[in-house]
Amino acid sequence: MKPAPFRYIRVGSVDDAMSALQAEEDAKILAGGQSLIAMMNLRVVSPECVIDINRIAELDYIEEREDEVSIGALSRLNSVKASAIVGKYCPLLKEALELVANKTVRNRGTIGGNICHADPASEMPAVLIASGASMVIRGAAGERTVEADDFFLGMYETAVEEKELLIEVRVPRVKKTTGSAIMEISSRKGDFGIAVVAAIVQIEDGICKHVRLVCTGVGAKAERILAAEEILAGQKIDVDAISKAERIAYEAVDPQSDFHGDAIYRRELTEILTGRVLRLAAARAAGEV
Amino acid sequence: MQRENVTINVTVNGKCFERSVEPRRLLSDFLRQDIFQTGTHVGCEHGICGSCSVLVDGKSTRSCLMFAVMADACEIETIEGLGDAANMHPLQEGFWQKHGLQCGFCTSGVLMVALELLRENPSPTRAEIREALTGNLCRCTGYQTIVDSIERAAEIMREGAAQ
Repeated sequence: MKPAPFRYIRVGSVDDAMSALQAEEDAKILAGGQSLIAMMNLRVVSPECVIDINRIAELDYIEEREDEVSIGALSRLNSVKASAIVGKYCPLLKEALELVANKTVRNRGTIGGNICHADPASEMPAVLIASGASMVIRGAAGERTVEADDFFLGMYETAVEEKELLIEVRVPRVKKTTGSAIMEISSRKGDFGIAVVAAIVQIEDGICKHVRLVCTGVGAKAERILAAEEILAGQKIDVDAISKAERIAYEAVDPQSDFHGDAIYRRELTEILTGRVLRLAAARAAGEV
Repeated sequence: MQRENVTINVTVNGKCFERSVEPRRLLSDFLRQDIFQTGTHVGCEHGICGSCSVLVDGKSTRSCLMFAVMADACEIETIEGLGDAANMHPLQEGFWQKHGLQCGFCTSGVLMVALELLRENPSPTRAEIREALTGNLCRCTGYQTIVDSIERAAEIMREGAAQ
């Protein structure tokens, strides 16, 4: 199908984007367009006005900071995937991008657009929650920073308000004792996951000092499996602990059945992937792989 | 409310086109209907099938997921820029020799994605070729002969470069 008519505004700076957002009644921000244009073609959305931010050069950067890596919202997914800084300090993000769509889509798709779209099966929210990332959002009154835990509110719903613009993603740099992993089961490579689990663990003297375990594709949004994190924190990540975490993950999620997989199958995948990512993340933390 | 047309300048296969377009005009429709380059095929029109893939400033892009206005001042490469029957591009030669197409609907998209691959990686493994093809659906070939064809095209290009 063809999109409904709309008015087109191209902006070259964040300030211009903010002015356009304030002035317009029913506007959508157009970044890479890999979700928005598909939805407009299907007439799932038909905004009156489209604000094209693709030429805002000041939003396209990946910078190494003291404790974190700052990624401009307009960074293309392939630029993030290829970044040496991301590879060194945010290995979970890099690993996840291998699972996101395909090269052609990643050429244009942006990290900001991906997370603002907040698809319930998207890998990025899970990774950002697991990493303890934060998002910088610009509004009329200035900037605010929102933790990933509070950013993803529901299916296709984030903390970014109608008149606001996501401008930066901040991902903490991993420590030497940290290991991470993400795995998913999907119908074909690059498709959205039927179940996705990501984990990040920090192990010192054999004891788990910090852990985050996040699943996605099995509910309205990416969710931490807090009860499993509690079981693992302060413990050795051994066979016992992992099998307890697997059981908890099975019970914790409440997936829906659809034509990609029924609810019980998704629970079982979540259980199995939980064990697999925890084993791999722990082995990576220990420097074994 | 006003929804004015926008004038854009786009270079397609080295030739400049200035056109006035509706903002909602997809790049795929611009190519096919405004400048009559119908080699780019429109399959699903929502970014799943990969048939409409073209190169925008050298990078593979789904032309159904880009508005023509976004391509203003960009360089586009389409299947028409590759070669013709008398003077085939190595990719076309490879697909001809190895029977890389049957109905041909997906082929122009596949060739443009393969062109990006071979520019970046002149000697891809079969696994790398398969990885590059993950965004392109073909319902005829089962992909085996497409992989064979791209492998053969890479060979022809390397032979050409060596001469």
